[in-house]
Amino acid sequence: MTMSRSTRIVLRILTVVILGLIYVPLLLVLVNSFNVSNTFAWPPREFTLEWWRRAAESQGALDALWVSVRVGLAATVIALVLGTMIAFALQRFAFYGRDVVSLLVILPIALPGIVTGIALNNAFRTIFGWQLGFVTIVIAHATFCIVTVFNNVIARLRRTGVSLEQASADLGASRFTTFRLVTFPMIRSALLAGALLAFALSFDEIVVTTFTAGANLQTLPIWIFNNLFRPNQAPIVNVVAAALILISVVPVWLAQKLSGDAESLGAGR
Amino acid sequence: MSTRHPRARLALLLGPPMLWLGVAYLGALAALFVTALWTQNGFTGQIERVWTLDSFKTLFTVEVYRTIALRTIAVAVLVTVIDAVVAFPIAVYMSKVAGPGLRRFLLVAVLMPLWASYLVKAYAWRGMFSEGGLVSSAFEAVGLKSPGYGLTATVVTLSYLWLPYMILPIYAGLERLPDSLLEASADLGGRTLQTLRRIVLPTVVPAMAAGSIFTFSLTLGDYIAVRIVGGTNQLLGNVVYDNVGAANNLPFAAAVATIPVVVMVLYLAAVRRTGAMESL
Repeated sequence: MTMSRSTRIVLRILTVVILGLIYVPLLLVLVNSFNVSNTFAWPPREFTLEWWRRAAESQGALDALWVSVRVGLAATVIALVLGTMIAFALQRFAFYGRDVVSLLVILPIALPGIVTGIALNNAFRTIFGWQLGFVTIVIAHATFCIVTVFNNVIARLRRTGVSLEQASADLGASRFTTFRLVTFPMIRSALLAGALLAFALSFDEIVVTTFTAGANLQTLPIWIFNNLFRPNQAPIVNVVAAALILISVVPVWLAQKLSGDAESLGAGR
Repeated sequence: MSTRHPRARLALLLGPPMLWLGVAYLGALAALFVTALWTQNGFTGQIERVWTLDSFKTLFTVEVYRTIALRTIAVAVLVTVIDAVVAFPIAVYMSKVAGPGLRRFLLVAVLMPLWASYLVKAYAWRGMFSEGGLVSSAFEAVGLKSPGYGLTATVVTLSYLWLPYMILPIYAGLERLPDSLLEASADLGGRTLQTLRRIVLPTVVPAMAAGSIFTFSLTLGDYIAVRIVGGTNQLLGNVVYDNVGAANNLPFAAAVATIPVVVMVLYLAAVRRTGAMESL
């Protein structure tokens, strides 16, 4: 862009400052997880690995982590199936009410989480008469994860078109063979990216989860939230938080490898 | 694909997801609004299926709720404006100044915090605003009093949480804006500011509108960050949460929850006009 030199410099400085602001709080949590003192007092005086050792033995945190992983996997599988179906329906068929369908897909994330949460809570408890627990969390999470899979798959379908599939059919391949050898390989990386996003979304979700988890089951975010205000748990919460920051590198790296276009990483939330 | 029985295949494809979203989700939403028109027995705590507008009456006549509703909307507007202002320069730098290598690096740098947990980020700001934390240290260094936990901390934390949702659409919008257009503007004598206003801005506004759907909606529904850094302040989300949990007054919680829904529906309708929905 033909910008004046001073504009470029101003933009560069602003970018550096904003990135600094983005990373300072996260670095603070990382540093603090090694801080001998278990408050946020700044600057830290001495460092220790003690909190990391204790966190690794915290049964509550580990149990919650396991619940989060299982919920995330289950919600992702459901979202993959339903999201892909909608993407194919909207991309390959012209029908009345397409706009309504696409609005319906984004509604669970476009409406505030608290509305989704209380609506599902009300439906599960008073309409179906269910106990809140693993199944209700999975249903809730799958509902708002559908959109991430849908977005990734439909974007891919728009790009690839149908000519290869038509060629496959013309050459005598059955519909199943065409799907297995042509369609699926075309959308595979989009499915993976969508799945990754869906899992991350589920893993991180807390607002909807608090309304659908019931009293007996904790996902990791709920465990963190419940322990956040307990002073004697502070060091362990700190370590869990620090670990989650470090782990968040993984999906970014993976998605970069998968799709190459980093834009799809953040899209659809 | 072959065109045999296209209707049947469409029905097979759309059936299960529509059953899920249409019946389970829309049904739940509809039931929620019906519940808002019922009432709760003050003695037993049971929901009574009697049609009444009492919950809405309370909502509109009790001053506390009016204050909280207005505060929530104000915070959502503020967070959206802050995110738009902060996201604009970095998105312009990424898309129009940085070379391909640096651009990739910056994208990852902006996206990574998006993947860090919501709670961790809110927690990080609790640390920043805590007594003796970095913010108060910095404020004291220049002779000011730290804001501590409160509305300021809430706005800062929420802006921080949703910032990537604003940067990404603006970046994507600018990416689609061809450089040749900017060069043409310069060749025709447009100065940087003029080019920004007449060429870049029209691209950026729909992108910002798209981003604002998330910053706005996520703020309207938040109650966790408020609990973590907000001190004694409450937003609509807290009222809903307290009425589902402790008070177990589902009809009133449902009535309160209609406020963010109505605001969001109006907002989505307004944003549709900018063409932002296509870039979601």
